[in-house]
Amino acid sequence: MKKPARLCLLLAATGFLTGCQHVEPWERRTLADYTMRADRDPLTIANREHMWFSREAASGGRGVGGGGCGCN
Amino acid sequence: MNTSRTDPRPIMRASLLLAILVIAFARFSPAIAGPVKEGDSFPDLKAVKLEGALPDLAGKVVIVDFFASWCGPCKDSFPVMQELHEKFEAKGLVILAVNLDKKAEDMKSFLAAHPVTFPVVRDGTSTLVKQVQIATMPSSFILDKTGKVRFVHRGFKGEKTREEYLKQIAELLN
Repeated sequence: MKKPARLCLLLAATGFLTGCQHVEPWERRTLADYTMRADRDPLTIANREHMWFSREAASGGRGVGGGGCGCN
Repeated sequence: MNTSRTDPRPIMRASLLLAILVIAFARFSPAIAGPVKEGDSFPDLKAVKLEGALPDLAGKVVIVDFFASWCGPCKDSFPVMQELHEKFEAKGLVILAVNLDKKAEDMKSFLAAHPVTFPVVRDGTSTLVKQVQIATMPSSFILDKTGKVRFVHRGFKGEKTREEYLKQIAELLN
């Protein structure tokens, strides 16, 4: 087999190696758990915000609240 | 035959096609059947194995509401559903809540905390929801008296959704 053909086969085969998993909206129980929230610990958030503000002279921009349930 | 002289183009073409198919399948397979939308017929509920007794839906305006115990907005939507049930049951509205929890105990504890008087069934095997392909939690489908989907609600947005329900139900009952 020629080199380009071998390369193409290899590239096609990598498609089978993908680890992506589509999580349906009704399967997001674990993602919706409180422990999955980025803002679950107010003290940690306050500390991080303080450090961020001190270093960067900027605040906010931490993204949106909520967990990963995708509700609404 | 010397294999090194084999024309590589067919293999390359086949590989490319294979790669496209694999990626397309991985990306779009959940959406092949397509979600149920306005104007579609809703899947036959009697043909799906649901836990719990189905109410009589013939000739009724029906709200099929998909919910789960872990879904925050579902908790907010239940008092509104109960209000709609109390207001419109006598006029021909049936609210059917379909629980999507894997464990029946989760549903039971949710219903204990958020008691309602309209019928609740459980789609523990996700058979119905896979046919319907909801986009978010909660999702509800308002069916007219012929069983056709007339309105779809994706998510629950408090008073805004409540007002939409009131308007749409009144439209379908009259």
